[in-house]
Amino acid sequence: MSDLNSQRRQFLKTTLGASAVAIAPGMLLYGMAHSKSAAASDKVRWGMLIDTAQCKEGCNDCVTACNKQNGLSGGTKPTDSQFIRKISIKDVSTGYEQSLPMMCQHCEQPPCVDVCPTQASFKRADGIVLVDRHRCIGCRYCMMACPYKARSFVHEPLTDQNPDVPRGKGTVEACNLCVGRIDNGQTTACAEACPNNAILFGDLNDANSEIALKIRSVASTQVRADLQLNTGIRYQGL
Amino acid sequence: MKLLVTLLLCLCIPAAWAADANMPKLDVGAGGQCVKDTQWMRKNHMHLLKHQRDESVRKGVRSEQDSLKNCIECHASTKDDSVIAREDSFCAGCHRYAAVHIDCFECHASKRKAVKAALAEKEVQ
Repeated sequence: MSDLNSQRRQFLKTTLGASAVAIAPGMLLYGMAHSKSAAASDKVRWGMLIDTAQCKEGCNDCVTACNKQNGLSGGTKPTDSQFIRKISIKDVSTGYEQSLPMMCQHCEQPPCVDVCPTQASFKRADGIVLVDRHRCIGCRYCMMACPYKARSFVHEPLTDQNPDVPRGKGTVEACNLCVGRIDNGQTTACAEACPNNAILFGDLNDANSEIALKIRSVASTQVRADLQLNTGIRYQGL
Repeated sequence: MKLLVTLLLCLCIPAAWAADANMPKLDVGAGGQCVKDTQWMRKNHMHLLKHQRDESVRKGVRSEQDSLKNCIECHASTKDDSVIAREDSFCAGCHRYAAVHIDCFECHASKRKAVKAALAEKEVQ
């Protein structure tokens, strides 16, 4: 009888152990991706791959979605905030033109962070470069340091901000890679809005993520790679 | 000794009464207690908000309970959905009484999110 019991116990232990091993990684991944109380992990590096061949001239959907998400006016004057812009580039010798979105490149070695006198400009553990508006004194050193002209300054008092994206006069701001959405387990607003799926968002460090597989299989470039900033945003077909 | 006690009572009772009379009558919105009791929150809410602010912005920890957004969800007025719009609004009323300037709402929305979403929808239609 006792032999039967011990066999039974052994069987239960093994089955429970095996199922725990099978379930645990899934639960862990789900927890990491969706838990709001978990801090950003340095195992992750968020980035985007932009396929310039799929980006159509005249299409502004990513910019519109970004403006809506962040509560931007949509104006393009020098004093208006723009987190993402559509730009056209032309090879003068051949006349070949391309249209592509340009925004904060979320550098691994961000010059904006280097120059910030109050440590308001910072890089989060998961590679997102942000401005802590509570510390920003509006000196705009970061705007001068950024090689991509990615940052804007809020010149006028604002009202009716998006509760998820606080922003106000006297601080510098830029593409935040939709940090609130990412912490919520969503993708960025621009990637979601692109009708041609030209923007691929994902974790560059996860070898099995769609973006990691793609940058391994197609040629992609970093804008101003000569500066060795190791940008999180990469361009395909540039 | 008796005289002293009487004197103290004479001074304290009107003072307490006067303080009560001047206390702002706040529009607490839906109200209720979800973090700590009222007295504790009156004294310490700024520490919770500041701690949560640094954790959220710099580390990405977004627990909902101590977030400013979550405070506003319950404490915004049921009349105008704001915490600062009127004299007796939840944040503005008390801060005016205590003469402490609040910067929060120069950047943060002072209305609850649900209302903002409804307004945006109306605009689209």
